[in-house]
Amino acid sequence: MKCDCAKVAAITSKYKGNRDSLVSILQDIQSEYRYLPEDALRGVARQLDIPMIQIYGIATFFKAFSLKPRGEHIVSICMGTACHVRGAPATLDEVKRRLGIEPGETTEDMRFTLETVNCVGACALGPIVVVDGKYHGGTGPAKVKKTLKKYTGRAIT
Amino acid sequence: MVELTIDGMRIRALEGATVLEAAQEMGIVIPTLCHHPGLSPYGACRVCIVEVGKGDRRSLEASCTLPVEHGQVILTNSEKVRKQRKLIVELLIASCPNSKTLQDMAANMGINRIRFRIRDRGCILCGLCVRYCKEQMKSGGIGFTCRGTSRMVATAFEVTPEECRNCGGCEWICPVCERACTAGNLIDGLCGGCQNLAPVETCPVCTGCSESVGPQGHKVY
Repeated sequence: MKCDCAKVAAITSKYKGNRDSLVSILQDIQSEYRYLPEDALRGVARQLDIPMIQIYGIATFFKAFSLKPRGEHIVSICMGTACHVRGAPATLDEVKRRLGIEPGETTEDMRFTLETVNCVGACALGPIVVVDGKYHGGTGPAKVKKTLKKYTGRAIT
Repeated sequence: MVELTIDGMRIRALEGATVLEAAQEMGIVIPTLCHHPGLSPYGACRVCIVEVGKGDRRSLEASCTLPVEHGQVILTNSEKVRKQRKLIVELLIASCPNSKTLQDMAANMGINRIRFRIRDRGCILCGLCVRYCKEQMKSGGIGFTCRGTSRMVATAFEVTPEECRNCGGCEWICPVCERACTAGNLIDGLCGGCQNLAPVETCPVCTGCSESVGPQGHKVY
């Protein structure tokens, strides 16, 4: 995806070019492109007049930021202790099989990104699959197909 | 001026100075790794720990970031300090065995075994190169990326940044790059070469010195 410099300029000017708002600026860019494009980060560095590495350090520090393009839907599977004993590994295997990707990867059609998290704080509902911020409790391997179908519109094999 | 006691000596130090600076002024050598007089204090390596007492409380603190306080009682080489310092150097060597600076330090402290699993990362994250680049060269080409166990020093997007002037300062200041230990096979993470070839002696002018006396004589900073 080619980065639109005017868009980045608009986001930085929204924060009045304030260096302290760097994380907020990166969040806005992330929600605009679903990841942090290199061109956009270079644009931010130019406009805020800060070294590129400072931005790169923050972008790699926080897990919420991604430097790789991410899919339309983010599927996060909780691998915390409670979910683990309730069968999260089996759920993960099933999701991996259906989407054909490993955690951290994105499907070729850019629809899904799979990631694992270490507790979403709703242990009573485990195993939990969070898709785009919506919690799907009690998602065992058998319920994976139904859950994912809501986001594809078509059944995934 | 602040009055404090370091190793039984009552000394006066300027307000705002660090304990390390006050000790160095008195000629007391505290081993350091991430400290450099031209760079801001960082407190990453913890090699410079000292025992600090104020009233009844005693604690271990990194002297390079500890400001002097009135009535402080500092011990730079007590039993407790030596024990903990050894442990810290062991941990540092476990993550970076091929550094002559670290191996020399280990030989000096009488470390003869590394009790931890050796995972050679070639970096101890002391931040000297990052601070050198930012503060002395006013460049900021390199910095820390990622976090936790994958934290490392790198350039943005793994390309040479436009800020870099190829000064080579990062390599010059690095305790691993500049003084690499070339020992082929490390036994239990220690080369022991320098220890065997140039036995650690005490310099005649000072006692309890932390730098090894090599073939070239004492290294004066």
